[in-house]
Order: sequence, then C-alpha cells, then structure tokens
Amino acid sequence: MLSFFPKPLIRGGVHADEHKAATAALPIAYNFPLPKKLYIPLQQHVGKPAEPLIMVGEKVLKGQLLAYSQGLISAPVHAPSSGVILDVNDYPAPHPSALPIRTIVLETDGKDEWLETQVAADPFQLNPEEISLRVGAAGIVGLGGATFPTAVKLNMGRENHVDTLIINGSECEPYLCCDDRLMQERAGEIIDGVRLMLYGMETEHAVVAIEDNKPEAYLAMRAAAEPYASIKVIQIPTRYPMGWDRQLIRYVTGKEVPVGCRSSEIGVTIHNVGTAHAVHKAIRHGHPLLSRVVTVAGGAVKRPMNVEVPFGTLISELFDFCEVSLDETARIVMGGPMMGDSLPHTALPTVKATSGILALTQSELKNTDEQPCIRCASCVSVCPAGLRPLDMANNIRINQLDAAVDLGLKDCISCGCCSYICPSNIPLVQYFKYASGEVIARQQAQHKSEQTKRLIDARNARMERIAQQQREEEEARLAAKAERERLKAEQEALA
Amino acid sequence: MYVLSAIVSLTLLGLFLGLLLGIAAKYLKVESSPIVDELESLLPGSQCGQCGFPGCRPAAEALAEGNAPATICPPGGSALAEQIAALLGLDLDLSDVKEPELLVARVSEDTCTGCTRCFKVCPTDAIVGAPKQIHAVVADACIACKKCVDVCPTECLQMHPVEVTLRNWRWAKPVALFKESEASNAVC
Amino acid sequence: MIAHMKPSSGAHVGANTSVSRIMWQVMLAISPATVFGLLCFGWPALNLFVITVLSAVVFEAFCVRLKGRVAKPVIMDGSAVLTGWLLAMTLPPWAPWWIGVVGSGLAIILGKQVYGGLGQNLFNPAMLARVALLISFPIEMTTWANVSPLFFSHSPGLIESWHITFSELKNIDASTGATTLGFIKTEFSQNRLLTDILKDYSGFRNFIGGTRGSLGETSTLLLGLGGVWLIRQNVIQWHIPVSLLLTVALLAGVFHGMDSEHYAGPLLHLNSGALMCVAFFIATDYVTSPNTPAGQLVFGAGCGLLIFVIRTWGAYPEGAGFAVLLMNSATPLIDHYIKPRIYGRDRKGKPLEIPKS
Repeated sequence: MLSFFPKPLIRGGVHADEHKAATAALPIAYNFPLPKKLYIPLQQHVGKPAEPLIMVGEKVLKGQLLAYSQGLISAPVHAPSSGVILDVNDYPAPHPSALPIRTIVLETDGKDEWLETQVAADPFQLNPEEISLRVGAAGIVGLGGATFPTAVKLNMGRENHVDTLIINGSECEPYLCCDDRLMQERAGEIIDGVRLMLYGMETEHAVVAIEDNKPEAYLAMRAAAEPYASIKVIQIPTRYPMGWDRQLIRYVTGKEVPVGCRSSEIGVTIHNVGTAHAVHKAIRHGHPLLSRVVTVAGGAVKRPMNVEVPFGTLISELFDFCEVSLDETARIVMGGPMMGDSLPHTALPTVKATSGILALTQSELKNTDEQPCIRCASCVSVCPAGLRPLDMANNIRINQLDAAVDLGLKDCISCGCCSYICPSNIPLVQYFKYASGEVIARQQAQHKSEQTKRLIDARNARMERIAQQQREEEEARLAAKAERERLKAEQEALA
Repeated sequence: MYVLSAIVSLTLLGLFLGLLLGIAAKYLKVESSPIVDELESLLPGSQCGQCGFPGCRPAAEALAEGNAPATICPPGGSALAEQIAALLGLDLDLSDVKEPELLVARVSEDTCTGCTRCFKVCPTDAIVGAPKQIHAVVADACIACKKCVDVCPTECLQMHPVEVTLRNWRWAKPVALFKESEASNAVC
Repeated sequence: MIAHMKPSSGAHVGANTSVSRIMWQVMLAISPATVFGLLCFGWPALNLFVITVLSAVVFEAFCVRLKGRVAKPVIMDGSAVLTGWLLAMTLPPWAPWWIGVVGSGLAIILGKQVYGGLGQNLFNPAMLARVALLISFPIEMTTWANVSPLFFSHSPGLIESWHITFSELKNIDASTGATTLGFIKTEFSQNRLLTDILKDYSGFRNFIGGTRGSLGETSTLLLGLGGVWLIRQNVIQWHIPVSLLLTVALLAGVFHGMDSEHYAGPLLHLNSGALMCVAFFIATDYVTSPNTPAGQLVFGAGCGLLIFVIRTWGAYPEGAGFAVLLMNSATPLIDHYIKPRIYGRDRKGKPLEIPKS
C-alpha cells in the first residue's frame, strides 16, 4: 500500500503519575494468612459461568475441581484451599453494583491439603493439544484483566498458525506492579510458561514486551530468556495504554488488527506474563489457578504491597492485612486507576481478574467538579483508538445515541485516557459506558417488541383457528342434526 | 418611479415563483403511504391500552394527527419512541422523559387456584399452566399490560419491578452539568 | 470515608489541569507583551485595558445571572477575563472608554453567551468584537497613538490620561499617526514604491515593539516568546501558529521575490500588525479551531492565506480579524472532513482487510 507517511506505531496515550515506587521495591508477600472463609464466584471469566459439582457439606482438598466449565468459552473453578463447602448461593460480586452472583462458600480447615495430581515428566513430549487441554482444566484465564479463557486462545493460535506470541509485560496502569515483581522474582518460571505456550500453539517466536520503567524486570527476563533463541525480550516506551493488546501488537509487529477480527487472524496472539506463570504452574506442577499476586496500594494504605492471595479472599481481610484506613479511603477501586471500577464496599471477594485493589484518598481522585467542554481536543489527541470523545459525549448528552455509534462508540476501549486528561473533568468514559449499555438495552427492547408482535400474531391466529374449528363443529353438528331429522321424517313417512 | 417598478417587478416575481411551486406540488407529488398503517405496524399490537387509547390502531391514528406524543407507548420504551419520531419527523427530546419502571407479572404460588382466567386474557401467551394447576409467567414474554391482574380472582397475580441483575445492570448516565435546583435558588 | 457509593468509572485519577489553569497560563503568556504595550502607550492604555477587562467580567456575570445561575464560579474560570484581555490587546491604545465597553459587550454577549456560553461559540469572541468595532467605528479604531512611554516628560500624565479616555483626544495630529501597514497602504495609493516608502522603516524597532499599533500587538519578540512558552507548556499545539506564519511568510516571499517594489517582504509581514498575536493567541483558541493536528494545519494555512490576501489586495491594511472569523466559520467543515482514523479501520470507517501472509 502506498502511503506518504508511515503509520505511527503508538497513537495517543497519556503519561500518568506512576505511584509505583512504594510497592515496586518490595518483594511479593507470601505470608497472607489463610482466611477462614473463601467466597468463590462461579463466574470469574468471560463466557458462561461454571456449574458446581460439589454438595453443601462436602469436604474438598486444595486444587479440587469445584465447578466445571460449560460450553466453549468458559473456565472451571477449583478449591483454593482444603476445607468444607458451606454454601452455594448468591453473594455480592466484585462489581461496581455489588449485585449478587452465584458463589461457593468454602470454610477452610487450615491444613491447606493438596489434592494429589500427576504431572508429565516432560511436557514437551505431550501432544500440543494436550497443553491447551491441561491449561483449560486448570481454570487459567487471562490475568491481565480481560479474563478470557487461555486455553481457547491457545487453540485459536494453533488453528490460525500464528507466527508470533507476544507476552504483555507492559503493566501500564499506574499503581499496579504485580507483574513487575513477578517478572523480577519468577523470570525463569515465566519464561518456562512462555516456552510451554509456544509449544502448545506450535508457534515459533515469542516477544516479551516490558515497559522501560521496569529495568530490573527487563534484565531478569532477558537473563532468563538467554538460552532460548525463540524468545526475545524487548523494552517498549512507557506510555499508558501501552498494554492495550492492539496497541502493543502494532508496536511490536507493525500490524493493525482490523475491527471485528481477533488478533490470531493476523498471526499474533498476546498473553499476559501472569498467565504465562500460571501456565508454568499448571503444566509443571499440576497446580490449577488458585491464587494470584494482587497489588494493594493507594494513599489510604499504610502497608502497600504485592501479596499473593487465594481467590475468594474478602477485600476486607486484605485491607486488614495491609492496614488500610477506611476513614481516609474516598474510593475503593478494583484494577488500575485508569480502567478499574469502583467498589461500593469491602465485603467482596478477590477473583482471577483482581490485579490490584486500590484505596484512594480524596486528594488522589480526579476532581469531579464538571465544567463546560472547551473543545481543547486533548481527548482527541490522547485517544489511542482514534476517536473524538468530545463529539461522542456531546451527542450522548442529548441522547443522540445513533450519532455516537456513527462516531465510533463501539470502537471505544474505555481506557480512560480522555477522562484522565479532560481539563473540564467531564466523565467521558462513563458517558460511553452508559451509551453502550443503552444501545444494547434498546436492541433488546426492539427484539422483545418484535417477539411480542410475533406472539400476538400467533395467539390471534390460534384464536381464529379455534373459533373456525368451533364454527365448523357447530355446522357439522347442525348438519348432522338436520340429517337425523330428515331420516327420522323419512322413516316416519315410510311407516 | 423606482418604487413603482420595484413593487411591480417583485410582485410579478412572487406570482411567478408561487405558480411554479403550485405546479411542482401538483405534478411532483410524492405518494406517501398511509402513515397510520405504518405507525400501527410499529406499535406492538397487543391492544393493551396502557397508552390510554382503546387499542393500537386508535393510538396510531392519534399519533398521525399529532394528538399524541411519540413517547405514547410504554411497552415500546424509548426505542419505539425514537422509531416513531423518525417516521413522523418529530424532534424527540428523551431527556425529560422518565423511563417508566419496567414491570413484570408474577404469580404468587400460595394463592393461585389454577382458574385459567389469566392466561385466557394474556395477549402474548406469557402465562403458562393448566386448569387446577398453579400458573407461571414467562418473564421474557410479559409486556406488563396488567390484564391478568385485573381478572385474577384471588389477587395472586401482581406486578413487580424487573429485578436488576449483573446481566441487565447498566451504567447510569452522568448527571447533567447544571441542575434545576441550582437555578431556582441562585445566589451570586 | 467512602464518599461515592454510586458506581464511578475510570479514570479515577486525573492530569494536573483545569479550565481555569489553562486560562491563567494563557494570560501569563501574554502578560509580557501586555506590560510592554502598557509601558509604551502609558496611562490611557492602562485605563482602556482595565475598563475592557472589567466590563467583560461584568457582562459575563450579567449573562450568567440572566440564565439563573451563580456567577462567581463561571467568572473564576477566567475565560471572561481572558476574552476582555485579548480584546484590549487588539484595540488602539488610546481609544475612548466606550470602545472598550462596547467591545466587551459584543465579545461576551454576541460572541459567546448567545451561543450558550463557554465552549459553544462559533467565532472567536475577541476577534468578533474587534471586527464589529472596526466596521462600526472606523475612526476611533484607526487612531493610533504615538509611542509615549510612561513617566516620560512629553507623555500624558494620569490626569491627562483621564481626559483622553473619558472625554476626547485633543490635538490628534500631534500625538497620533499611522501603523506601518496602514502607511504602506496609503502610500501605495499615491503610487510610491516600496523602497521609497520604507526609507525610515526599522525592522529591529518593529521586532522589539516600539512602534505605533494596537495596545498589545506591537512586540513581535514578546508575543513570540509567550507563544513558544505556551507550546512548551503543552497548552497549545504548534500546528496553527507554524502553518499560519509559514503561509504568510511563503506568500510574502514569493510575491516580494517577483516584485519587490509593490509587495512587502516576509519579515515586514511577520513583524507588523496583529499577526503574531493572532497566530499564537487568537487562532489557537480551542473552541473555534479544529480538533485534529491535520485540521489545525489547514486552519492555520487558511488564516495565513486570508491575512496575506486582505493585507495585499484588500481595502483594510490589516486583515487578521476577518481572516480568523472566516476560518472559524470553516472549522466545523474542517472537523467534518479531517478526522482521525479509527484503529482497525480505514479512513472511511470500514474495517481494514486482513493482510494476506
């Protein structure tokens, strides 16, 4: 294709205050006390919720399957520790609404007794399909936050003959540094996970991309990848949202994923470093995904740290461990401060998607004092997707949702750059999330209205048929009666 | 003299252009399909009467005559209101329209006698059951017309707001920049 | 305590920026040129400046109150002060008080509030007021005071300045004259040639700013420095100023090269009139300029072209105001046609094709 200017490799983005110094220097804490009760939601991933196969009162061991995956895109859930099943019921979900979600409650016995599992002595002797099967059975999902089942992605990579595997170690969100610490401390295991993924996808090359604000992680990963020619470790510029998969793919390969396609269709698959580590644990040790490293940070946290916690741990217990002052906390955020969502309280469990829990003070939060848009177009220049947030928001404000869709509402990735940069403090991302939900709701309403019409027509047709039938029966009855009378009259006449 | 010629020429020009417009209106007329039929085909057709008209056809007639707002049909919601407004070329201001609370009928199992009256009146066959058996409402098909509530002899059918779940939870629209309350008691 | 129980979406943190901060940064950037202008033109200029800014604030407050809203937070965003300030900079320094008041009224009421206030206006309020004043009051708007710095013996004192501002200017001919551009225009009409006209012209003096002209527009140096600082502060982008100045310089260079006796050279163009002020502070107004870098380049080039055309062949010696207004009206069009390409789509909005490997 002829082009006067080469396509820029990085578009938009912001350079936010990192706030990583407090936690990035501390080693990951593995001494989190096992909670008495774990609240394990049955849906911690994209796709269908898992279906429980245990009974209330049943005793389970650590790593035992609690709920199996349903359908093509789903993931199973395992017991993070040994204990007794107390309940399978609705409990608040770690979601901004805290609405109920089906949850297994496990009372731990403190023994942390593992279920015995068998592992392959040399996984590279296994069938490549077997790797994705085991990854799927271990309940591994994308740990960068998207929680897409990893096994499905490995299969798509193999089926599409993907030539490059990108390992996303950018961790571009401020505050979060769990991946940074993991790369520094577990580089060898991550690289092993990458090799297993390459083998499982039958792919030649892997590129580990790490933002250049993590030099220690870069050096550790490069040293670990040294023996393997197929794995390249590179540094990428520090700029949010560098970790957006499509931005990273363009930066690393120069290719752009067309709208409506998966990256595997252009020969690239992208996984998070945490996912690679989970793959290593699943294949080499037979350990399903039971816990993850969570960054607990924010101005209200007295002991900010990266800590490994079992899934189902209530945020309140995590906050006690990290000495969070709830009085100073103005907002609890799950995930990073750019894309994460607020949580209304702390009686919510940590799940596979929980990369961080932030307790932010009022002074850390963005001012919510909204002012009129001055059309400064900062949002246009920072948008990595090439949208015009100000025009979209103006249309949504006056309920012109179709116009917003035409402007590219569906291409918005909710990265938060526009909200971050807006000098008028306009909650742009919330406008877009509202509008996206409203568009779906209206489609559903229209669908329902069509269905209603169909049902009414069907009912009317049935009523008509029944009436017709009754008429015919009545006529037949009358005819029969007339016939009988005629015969009777004839007989009488004969007699 | 100048004034006179100006008056004459402008009058002639006006007459000529008016004539042109008249001819155009007569010969280039666009045959519009009967708007009432189109409107009626948009409406649900359940004759539920929630709009205050006896049925969907009268409501469509009122819409065509401009005697009813585009937001007339509660079951249709704002999606239908937008379609109606687009068809009639109306400016639709949904900002002042409060989305009606979504309702769904529910059978109380304790008091249902299985009399079958409700599912005979249900326009969308949303109530299932058999004589002498407890009935149930298929929530997805219920259009909240309340006809079943009116006929139920034991008041076991009641309208309930549609429950918000993780599936149908939506982000709220950010509140408007300037609220009315600020305007009413503004102090410099 | 957790203040917001209701769901709030990202970004939860924000950049250190706000509307008022941007406005104050712009004011800081124009203050050297303003102070220099006030020093050059003395007390009457200061009177006019204060009157214009104050009346802009009063008009803004009036309009906001008329809408039934609290005025103080709106005033505090600094946009009305900035509008009044920019307008004052473009006025003849010794203009009477009512020019400032009428100008501010035009800028705030007709230029901004009738559209719905900050961010809604189609035209730059200060330029709208300047052009409206120029057409309505051509004599007052083209009476250019001589440079008469503060505290110099022959400069008007405080009391005399009140006479100049509030009653009328006595002995006009002794204390006023023409701007460079105006002088060239009149002399061209006398069929004089450029080398002859510019015998006494000093490029250096024009660069520093010790010449006749609008209150704050004379110093190319200080305006340029302020503008560069704004670009460095990331308040404005470089696209509009660069394309505007380059277009004027290029056009002037080409015509001057072809006929150096009838067309002024690029340096003279860059050094005179409202060019610098417009390029850095007026054309870059967020509200009335395009949103994308490419659109801004087109906008700047359009402004430059129109300025050059009006200056060279138009009836007015300076065309910056007209040029900006005309390009303002083209901004929605530019934004409609020049928009960023969405990731994964082509320029027309269709999804990219999957490259064949």
